[in-house]
Amino acid sequence: MKGLLYKKVVDRVITVLLFTTALFTVFITAGIVYVLLSDTIEFFKHVSIIEFLTEREWTPVFAIKKFGIAPLITGTFLIAGIAILFSAPIGILLAIYLSEFAPGAVRETVKPIIEFLEAIPTVVYGYFALLFVTPNLQKIIPELQGFNGLSPGIVLGIMILPYTASMSEDALRSVPQELREAAYALGASKLKTALTVVLPSAFSGVIAAFILGISRALGETMVVAIAAGIYPNLTLNPLEPLETITAYIVQISLGDLPFGSVEYLSIFAVGFTLFTITLIFNTLALWLKSKLREVY
Amino acid sequence: MDTVFEALGIIAVFLVMTFIFAIILDLFMDGLQRLSLGFLTSYPSRFPEKAGILSAWVGTIYVMAGAVFWSVILGVPAGIYLEEYARKNWLTSIIEININNLAAVPSIIYGLLALGIFVYRLGFGESILTGGLTLGFLMLPVIVVATRESIKRIPQSIREAAYSMGATKWETVRDHVIPYSAGGILTGVIIAASRAIGETAPLITIGALTFIAFLPPSPIKADFPFVSWDSFVEMLKSPFTVIPIQMFNWISRPQKEFHENAAAAGLVLIALTLIMNSLALFLRYKVRRRIKW
Amino acid sequence: MVRNLAIKTLSMVQKKLKEDQEDDSFNRKNSMPKKEPEDIKLEVKDLSFFYGNVQALKNINIKIPSYQITAIIGASGCGKTTFLRCINRMHDLYSKNGYSGKIILYPDGINIIDKKVDPISIRMRAGMVFQKPNPFPKSIYENVAYGLKIKGIKDKKTLDEKVEWALRASALWEEVKDRLKENAYSLSGGQQQRLCIARAIAMDPEVLLFDEPTSALDPVSTSKIEELILELKQHTTVIIVTHNMQQAARISDYTAFMHLGELVEFGRTEKIFTNPSNKLTEDYITGRFG
Repeated sequence: MKGLLYKKVVDRVITVLLFTTALFTVFITAGIVYVLLSDTIEFFKHVSIIEFLTEREWTPVFAIKKFGIAPLITGTFLIAGIAILFSAPIGILLAIYLSEFAPGAVRETVKPIIEFLEAIPTVVYGYFALLFVTPNLQKIIPELQGFNGLSPGIVLGIMILPYTASMSEDALRSVPQELREAAYALGASKLKTALTVVLPSAFSGVIAAFILGISRALGETMVVAIAAGIYPNLTLNPLEPLETITAYIVQISLGDLPFGSVEYLSIFAVGFTLFTITLIFNTLALWLKSKLREVY
Repeated sequence: MDTVFEALGIIAVFLVMTFIFAIILDLFMDGLQRLSLGFLTSYPSRFPEKAGILSAWVGTIYVMAGAVFWSVILGVPAGIYLEEYARKNWLTSIIEININNLAAVPSIIYGLLALGIFVYRLGFGESILTGGLTLGFLMLPVIVVATRESIKRIPQSIREAAYSMGATKWETVRDHVIPYSAGGILTGVIIAASRAIGETAPLITIGALTFIAFLPPSPIKADFPFVSWDSFVEMLKSPFTVIPIQMFNWISRPQKEFHENAAAAGLVLIALTLIMNSLALFLRYKVRRRIKW
Repeated sequence: MVRNLAIKTLSMVQKKLKEDQEDDSFNRKNSMPKKEPEDIKLEVKDLSFFYGNVQALKNINIKIPSYQITAIIGASGCGKTTFLRCINRMHDLYSKNGYSGKIILYPDGINIIDKKVDPISIRMRAGMVFQKPNPFPKSIYENVAYGLKIKGIKDKKTLDEKVEWALRASALWEEVKDRLKENAYSLSGGQQQRLCIARAIAMDPEVLLFDEPTSALDPVSTSKIEELILELKQHTTVIIVTHNMQQAARISDYTAFMHLGELVEFGRTEKIFTNPSNKLTEDYITGRFG
C-alpha cells in the first residue's frame, strides 16, 4: 500500500507526543513536591522543627521572629470547621430533597444554580463576607470584631455547597431505584426511606463529598485573607481575627520577598504543611468515592 | 413529616438563591455608580474617584490568553491519549489518580510551584509569562477531564466504522475523534477559563502587582505585519495585574470610596463569569443538537 | 557461452528484483505458492479464536467462494460475528484476544491473521457493514469519500466520480444526488445503511462483510438492501452473517451453519435448507432450537 510505512511512522510519533503530555501531569505533581519539600528543608535549617510544632506564636514579620505554626493551623481548621458545620446540614437537606423529593424539572434547575456558587470569584465572596456579613452579624453579636472567623466561615459554608449538596446528591442518586421501591413497598415514607435506606447506602459517597468540601475550605485563600485578617491568633474563638495558612502566604507574597530569606522559606514550609493535609483529605475522599462506585 | 421536610428543602433552595442574589445586589448597590467608561479606561490611582481597572483587565486578557494556550496544548493531547491510546496498566492508573489529585490541590499551591520554579529557578520572573503558566497548570486537570468526557460520548461504532475502512489510529483520531469532540472540549475550556479569571491567590504569590499604572507592551502594532515578535517577548516579561487582584487591593484600603471601586470591579468579574458560562451552555446546547448520538 | 548464461541469469534476477520492488503491497515473505483454483477467495484453516481465556471459535475450516454470497447462520452466541470479525482483524482493536490457524486470502495467498500482516492493508481490501447503521456525522459525500481519501486519492474529479459510482451501486444516488452536502444523519435508517454500504463499496473491496445488516431495519428497507446485496455479487465476494434464516435462503448461494463456536455444516444453500447432512443443522433449520 502506498505510503503505509509513512502512515505507521506518523502514527508512532503522534502516540509518543500524546503520551508525553499525559506523563507531564505527573511531572507537575513532582514539581510541586520538589519545590515545597526542598524549600521546607531549607527552612528547617534556620528554624527548628520543635519550635515549628510547639511554639504558640507565629511572628515572622516582627523583629522577634517566632515560628510556631499552631496559630495558623487553628485558624485554618477553625474556619473550615465553621464552614462544614454550617454547610453540612443545609447540604444534606438539599441533597435529600433534590434526590428523593424534587420533581425532575426542579432538580434540573436547582443543581446548576448550586454549581454556579463555584463560579463566583472568591474575591467577591471575600468582599461580601467583610462588608456585608460581618457588619450585619455585628448587629446580632456585638462582640464580633471587624476581622473574624465567623463571617468567612459562614460564607465558605455556602461556597462549598457544590460539594456538600450537589456532590452528595450525586451519591444519593447513584443508589439503585430498586432499593427505594423495596422500602416504599413495605410502607415506608419517602423521608424514612431516604434516611434509613438511601443515605446509609450512599454513605461513603456522601462522606467523600463532605471531605472534599472541607479540603476546599482548608485551601481557600481570598475569603479568609480579606475577612479573617492577617493577625495570627492562637484561639478557638471565631469572633476574633484569625490568620490561616493561605492568608499568611498571601500576606508575605504581597511584600518584598528576597529569595532564600526566612520569610520566603516560611511560606513554603506552611505551604507544604497545607499540601500534605489536603493531600490526605483528598486521597481519603477519592478512595471513599471509588468504594461507592465499586458497590454500584 | 414528609411534607415538612419538603418544605424545608424548598426553603433551603430559596436560601441559596437569596444568597446569590444578595451578593450580586450588594455589589450593585455599592459599586454600580462607579461603573463607567472612565472606570474601564483609567489606571489605578491614589484618588478613588479617578481609579480604574484598565491595567487590570488588559493584564487579565494577556494572562488568560497564556493560560488557555498552556492548558489546551498540554491538556487536550493528554486527554486524547488517556481515552484513545492508554492501556489499562499501572502507569495509566498513576496518571489518572494524579490528575484527580491535581484537580483538588488548593490554587495557592500552584502559586508556590510557579514561584519556586518559574519565577526563580527558571528565571521567568514575576511576569505575564509566569502568570499564564501558573493559571494554565491550574486549569490543566479540568481541561483533561473535559476532553475525556467529550471523547467518551463518541460511540464505539463510529470508530469501528473508521478502522474497518483501514484508517490508522491517528487517522481515526484526527478525522473523527477530534472533530466530533471539539465542541465539548471548547465548552470545557470556556468554563475552566471562567473560573481562572477570578483566581487571585496564585497570582499574588508569583508577584503580580497590586498597583500598576502602566500597560504591558502590546504585541500588536499599527502597521504591517501587525504583530511584532520583540514586543511579544517584552509583553511576556512584563509585570502585570489582574482584575481580582485590583479588587483585592481596593478592599484592603480603609476608605469607603475604594470599596465602591472594589464593588464595581466585582461586578465586572461577575459579568464576565456570567457571559462565559452562558456562552459555554449555549455552545453545549448547539453541539448536542447537531450531533445526536 | 558461460558468459551469455551469466548475463541471462543476471538479467532474470534483476527483473525478479524489480518485480518484487514494484509490488509494495504486502509482506511477500508470507506468500505461499498460488495453486488454488480461481473460485476460492478465502481459505480458512483450523481457525481458533480466544477472547482472553475463553475459546470462541474452534478449528473452523471453510473455503469461501469468490463472487458468491455466503451466508453464515446459527443461534445467538454461536460465533458467527466473531468469525466475521476475524477476517478483517477487527479483534485487534481490543486487547487480550488471540487468533490461531490461518485465513488465506487469494489470489495472493497471504495469511490474514499472521501477526506480520498489517491489519490496515487487509481492512482496505475487505469492507464491513455493521448491524446498526453507523455513518459518520459528516456530509453524505464526505462519508463515501472518506475511504478514498485515506487511500491517498486527492483529485476532486476522481473523488466525485467514485462517490457517484458507489452511491449508484448502492441504489442511493437518485435519492441523495441533490443533497450530497447534507449531514448523513438526515437520512432514514434504511438510507443510512445503504450509505454505509456505499462507503464500503467505494473502496472497491475484494470481500464485503455484512454483520446482520438488516436486523435494525424495517421490512421495506430490508428488501431494498437484499436486492442490493444480490447485485453486489458481480463486483465482490460477499459474506453475510444473519440470524434470519429466510434471508439466508433468499439471497445466498452458499450457507455455513455454526454452533457453539464450531462450523457444523457448509454447502450450497439449496442443499443446506432442503437436505442438510447434519442433524444439528436440520434441527436449527426446522426451528427446534435457536
